[in-house]
Amino acid sequence: MSAPLLTATGVHKNYGNTQALRGVDFAIEAGEIVAVTGPSGCGKSTLLHCLAGLLSVDAGEIRYRDQDIGLFSEAARSRLRRSDFGVLFQFGQLVPELTAAENVALPLLLSGSGRKGAREAALGWLDRFGVADLADKRPGAVSGGQQQRVAVARAMVTEPKVVFADEPTGALDQLNGEQVLGAMVRVAREQGTAVVLVTHEATIAAYADREISLRDGAVDPTGLGVAP
Amino acid sequence: MSTAHVLLGLLAGGPRHGYDLKRAHDERLPQAKPLAYGQVYSTLGRLERDGFVAQSGQEQEGGPERTSYSLTALGRERLDAWLTEVEPPAPHVTSALFSKVVVALLAADADRARQYLTAQRAAHMTRMRELTVAKSSPGTTVGDVIAADYAIGHLDADLRWLQTTLARVADLQKEVTA
Repeated sequence: MSAPLLTATGVHKNYGNTQALRGVDFAIEAGEIVAVTGPSGCGKSTLLHCLAGLLSVDAGEIRYRDQDIGLFSEAARSRLRRSDFGVLFQFGQLVPELTAAENVALPLLLSGSGRKGAREAALGWLDRFGVADLADKRPGAVSGGQQQRVAVARAMVTEPKVVFADEPTGALDQLNGEQVLGAMVRVAREQGTAVVLVTHEATIAAYADREISLRDGAVDPTGLGVAP
Repeated sequence: MSTAHVLLGLLAGGPRHGYDLKRAHDERLPQAKPLAYGQVYSTLGRLERDGFVAQSGQEQEGGPERTSYSLTALGRERLDAWLTEVEPPAPHVTSALFSKVVVALLAADADRARQYLTAQRAAHMTRMRELTVAKSSPGTTVGDVIAADYAIGHLDADLRWLQTTLARVADLQKEVTA
């Protein structure tokens, strides 16, 4: 088996006196979809933020393609996030003043792409998620499910190696959530993109190839998420 | 689910013979156990006796002679009544899952019950993943998706129950062994 794409080893993270992560190990292969599950407050979002380089760890290390990202400068980490990582949150991530196409094109423009090429790529990605007809609409003019499809397109437009999705369907009703997630997983598999999917819903975790469960900041081998 | 009522429903669109009813049943309800011919004919016999269906002709197209049946007015009333009745919201309290937890506590201890709950959760998650893959596969019909959703919803309910039960194992042990 090839070396994992991204690993966490013995990761600790504290918020003041609160231990959010207490020695978590995690690994994901290229193209793999892994759900991180557990009850509220178990540390799953913190783990996602550490893996994505959005938070630094207090102990342990995060390695991407066998490089310790904790040793990267902030600028290098920022470049990595733009080129190799895509992030997707529950809601509120689209810029309200920009159209859907402009929102999706934004990561490409920030990476130095030309305007015309970025718009063309954005339209292609909107089309893959079935929302090409909304290209010139602003987020406020479309439904929650459509906004989240635009957000997924934006997370994937740079063709990242890993997408970090934190409760990506949490603000949607079940059918819409399922359609958004189904589309994201289908495209991720076509692209060979790895996905770290944080969720507290078993029905959402079932879209992943496997899951790891956390409880009180540590891996919970029972997966049941409650203290025995 | 009552096979008799499903057959009444299949006859609502017009007369059909037994073979045709079996085929339509198996095609429309692919998750149900396929109907045996014997069951189709014995059910039609009972429905005819009770006045819900009537023989409406004989058909022979190169094969054996087949009797077609049609819905009577009484049968239509019965079908309508069945569609109006809600099914009892089943409490499922006799579940094998629950029995195993209690028996694990009686025959062994709380750890044995927790081991069982953990293994059961893993099995439920595996099945849920299989169903999710199946319903997301290209070429899946809407009927397949809805049938998978039904199964996934029930597995999800079980998973929630497994989780809360794990938290209650210690209390249950006190009660069971008191």
